[in-house]
Amino acid sequence: MLPIEYYTGLSVILFTLGALGVLIRRNALIIFMSIELMLNSANLAFVSFARSYEGMSGQIFVFFVIAVAAAEVAVGLALIVAIFHTKRNIDVDQINSMKG
Amino acid sequence: MIPDLILFFGLALVAVASAIGLLLSRSAVYAALNLILNFTAIAVFYLVLDAPFLALMQVTVYAGAIMVLFLFVIMLLGAEKLSTGPTLPYQRPLSILLAVILLLEAAYALFFRSSPGAPPAPALAGFGSPQAIGETLFSAYLLPFEVVSILLLAAMVGAIVLTKKPRRRG
Amino acid sequence: MFFQETVSQAPQFFGLVPWIVFFPVIGLLFNIAFGGMILKRSPAGEKIVGWVASIASGLTFVVSVLLLVSLLGHPEGMVVPLAEWIKIGSFSANWSFQVDTLSVVMMLVVSIVGTLIHIYSIGYMHEDVRHNGDPGRYGRFFVFMNLFIVSMMILVSADNYLMLFVGWEGVGLCSYLLIGFWYDKGEDGIGNAVAGKKAMITTRIGDVGMLLALFAMFWAFGSLDFNTIFAKAPQVAAASPVIILLITLFMLVAVTGKSAQIPLYVWLPDAMAGPTPVSALIHAATMVTAGVYLVARSADLYILEPQAQFMVTLVGSATALFAATIAVGQFDIKKVLAYSTVSQLGFMVAAVGMGAFVAGMFHLVTHAFFKGLLFLSAGSVIQGVERGAHHIEHDPKLKKQSKSLGPDFDPQDMRNMGGLRSRMKVTFWVYLIGAISLSGLPPLAGFWSKDEILAEANKLYIWAYVLLAIAAIFTAFYMTRQVLMVFFGKPRSAAAEHAQESPPVMTIPLMILAGLTVLGGLINLPEFHTLEHWMEHTLGQAIHKAEFVMLVAALSTVLALLAIVAGWWFYNPRRYEAFWAEPAAKRPDDPLRRLIGPLFELWKNKYWIDELYWAAILNPYIALSRFLADVVDWRFWHDWFHDQALFGGFNRLTGLLAGRIDLGIIDGIANGLGTLAQRVAAVLRSVQTGFVRNYALSIFLGVVIILGYLLLR
Repeated sequence: MLPIEYYTGLSVILFTLGALGVLIRRNALIIFMSIELMLNSANLAFVSFARSYEGMSGQIFVFFVIAVAAAEVAVGLALIVAIFHTKRNIDVDQINSMKG
Repeated sequence: MIPDLILFFGLALVAVASAIGLLLSRSAVYAALNLILNFTAIAVFYLVLDAPFLALMQVTVYAGAIMVLFLFVIMLLGAEKLSTGPTLPYQRPLSILLAVILLLEAAYALFFRSSPGAPPAPALAGFGSPQAIGETLFSAYLLPFEVVSILLLAAMVGAIVLTKKPRRRG
Repeated sequence: MFFQETVSQAPQFFGLVPWIVFFPVIGLLFNIAFGGMILKRSPAGEKIVGWVASIASGLTFVVSVLLLVSLLGHPEGMVVPLAEWIKIGSFSANWSFQVDTLSVVMMLVVSIVGTLIHIYSIGYMHEDVRHNGDPGRYGRFFVFMNLFIVSMMILVSADNYLMLFVGWEGVGLCSYLLIGFWYDKGEDGIGNAVAGKKAMITTRIGDVGMLLALFAMFWAFGSLDFNTIFAKAPQVAAASPVIILLITLFMLVAVTGKSAQIPLYVWLPDAMAGPTPVSALIHAATMVTAGVYLVARSADLYILEPQAQFMVTLVGSATALFAATIAVGQFDIKKVLAYSTVSQLGFMVAAVGMGAFVAGMFHLVTHAFFKGLLFLSAGSVIQGVERGAHHIEHDPKLKKQSKSLGPDFDPQDMRNMGGLRSRMKVTFWVYLIGAISLSGLPPLAGFWSKDEILAEANKLYIWAYVLLAIAAIFTAFYMTRQVLMVFFGKPRSAAAEHAQESPPVMTIPLMILAGLTVLGGLINLPEFHTLEHWMEHTLGQAIHKAEFVMLVAALSTVLALLAIVAGWWFYNPRRYEAFWAEPAAKRPDDPLRRLIGPLFELWKNKYWIDELYWAAILNPYIALSRFLADVVDWRFWHDWFHDQALFGGFNRLTGLLAGRIDLGIIDGIANGLGTLAQRVAAVLRSVQTGFVRNYALSIFLGVVIILGYLLLR
């Protein structure tokens, strides 16, 4: 069993990569996937801390995160479909009608 | 110890590589596949970390259900390829700069702010088992669990409403 | 006095006294409500309306007689309260009727003369409304007449000066209404209205004096009740005689206005514009004597102040002579009588001024009879002449024969009369009785009363005696002149030739008044002094024991006879006809002018007093009014003060507030805030790029910064 810092380090790296995905990619679907990656890195941190402190709460949180992620994906993908229906595009840089 | 390290770094390599693949993939389909690989690697980490129930949930819900949904949408829209050309020229360098800073901060926190930890003691029997999760979930977290069920229902209704074509009158 | 034992058990009717006011009120309300309808519907409408008013007036006479009977038993009289009127703190003025010997004398005179004149008016107004072409005003006349009776009764029966003042103003109002009764007639179609206005305004000047007297009395006595004031008067006079002097002199101003004394008499001759019964009732018999009544009523005040008495005597005797001379120069039958009235009022005022209150009141009573008689007879003469003129107009044969009368024919001008003696017999005889009484020949009423005044004057103020005696000579002279011009000789116009006697409804009141004129002297014959004893109960200590001075009486009789002889010499029919026969271009308007031309001119033009008033008072006043209206009010107040100073200043101020303060500062702040928000928003808005990745970058930056902060903390 490795020290817990290994897992949290990996979690940081995955989180940063996910964030980079959100910031750099223009495809709404890939941005969405990057968000899922970030969620997973957080889940990894939760699980590793749960193991470290030997408490069940961390794992329960992950359970909820997965459930919420499922709901989020359902709604998020529906939104993307709806945007595509009106814009015929899922390039987030083409969607700037909220410009002030 | 050594086999643990080999396992960890092997899996970490797979996870990071698949994340980078997600980041760099041209096609959304490839991105989705990379993500599935990544999720699977993380599921193995869960097993290592004494969370077998979560590991199985990761595979079935994430890698299974959610990613299938993604692929489904990608196929539906048929727009996996996007027009290129920089629209926000400063976005990419700034993002990379911030990412590096974040990594440096995390490294600082990991290496200088926490004492180098010993490996945790072996877990008690039944830790992370479906039974333990179930007991915790249906005792201390009963209300959030029920709320989540409502959340899923709402999400389902919302998804249907959002994707439904507006009914034309007359 | 000598009645007292026999009738001390006489029944009391004092409680009836309010009915002297209520009866005429009922009469006038009836005529207001139904008069117009009755006149329209019924052929005898005029009779009904006239008799209702006459009966209302006659009932006041009945009540007055009952009061007289009651007073015989209880000569001290009483105060009959009717209603509370004003009560402020300790001050109170009520509707209360003072029944005493003085007020009942006035009530009797007013009601008997008033009633007779009401009855006479039934006939007179019948023709007058037709002559003036508006029969619809018949009812209005009687309403006004009843209203006059109401006001006069309030005046004479008041138990306080405020109620008296109500009546005082009420009779003034009736006078105004009745002078201007034919308000659309007269010179330029407004002559009568102007005469009414003149009477109103002139007497109003006097009424200011009355008001000032009221204020002074309230200030000095704290009350306006007769009894309170007269009881306190000696004390107040002892403490500060000036206030009594002020009150009495202010009252004198009121008297000169209402009783037509110098200098405010000018309205009375013009008041002849009213119908002749009005002249008889209001401007000869009753209203104008209100001033005399006021002085007699205030006797307790006047006897305290010899200076005021002197002034009153002076005003009265001067007016008596002054007006008597003017009367000589008049040609209008009513103007002669008007100036005669002014003159006789001067006699009365002089009498009450001298302190001879009984003599003044005695003359008031007899004058009411004979001057009422003379005016009514004059009205009969005028209508007789009008009837003659009418007769000619409607008889084509006569119209051809006689020269046309023309539109300028004046039925009141004595030069157009003559020879009416045989044509209007009754009128002639009653007129003669009135004239002799006025001239002061015994044994008619005028002789006794005038002689009593002269006797008092002889005793008290010899200069007043001289003035009054000369006035009496003039009186006899102008009455002779009038009678000769009107009734004797041959008619000098076709209208006079065809003049007709008036109907009985007019002549019967004349005859009754003639009887009163003959017998009026009985009420205060020398030796008996009935009126004097009667008045003693009211006037008390103020009374003078009148004496009959044979020498004075004989002298005045002789003087009057001499004046009549002189009158006969100038105006006897033969001589006057010879004068009249001369070519019109050569002869002057009056034989007297041959002897005393300038003086006659002076009298004919009334000493140019009206012109003097115009020049000295009215024109400057009008000029002042114009100045005030045009320059002060319009140009200064309106143009300058309001338009420029106020309005312009306000405009400038608001301009400043609106332009500088509001637009500059207030709006500047508000707009500045708006602009600031706009600029800040414009800067901040550029942050909102609309690119979701930019927002994500911002969040990521925030995460990095917060994490850095947490680590480096």
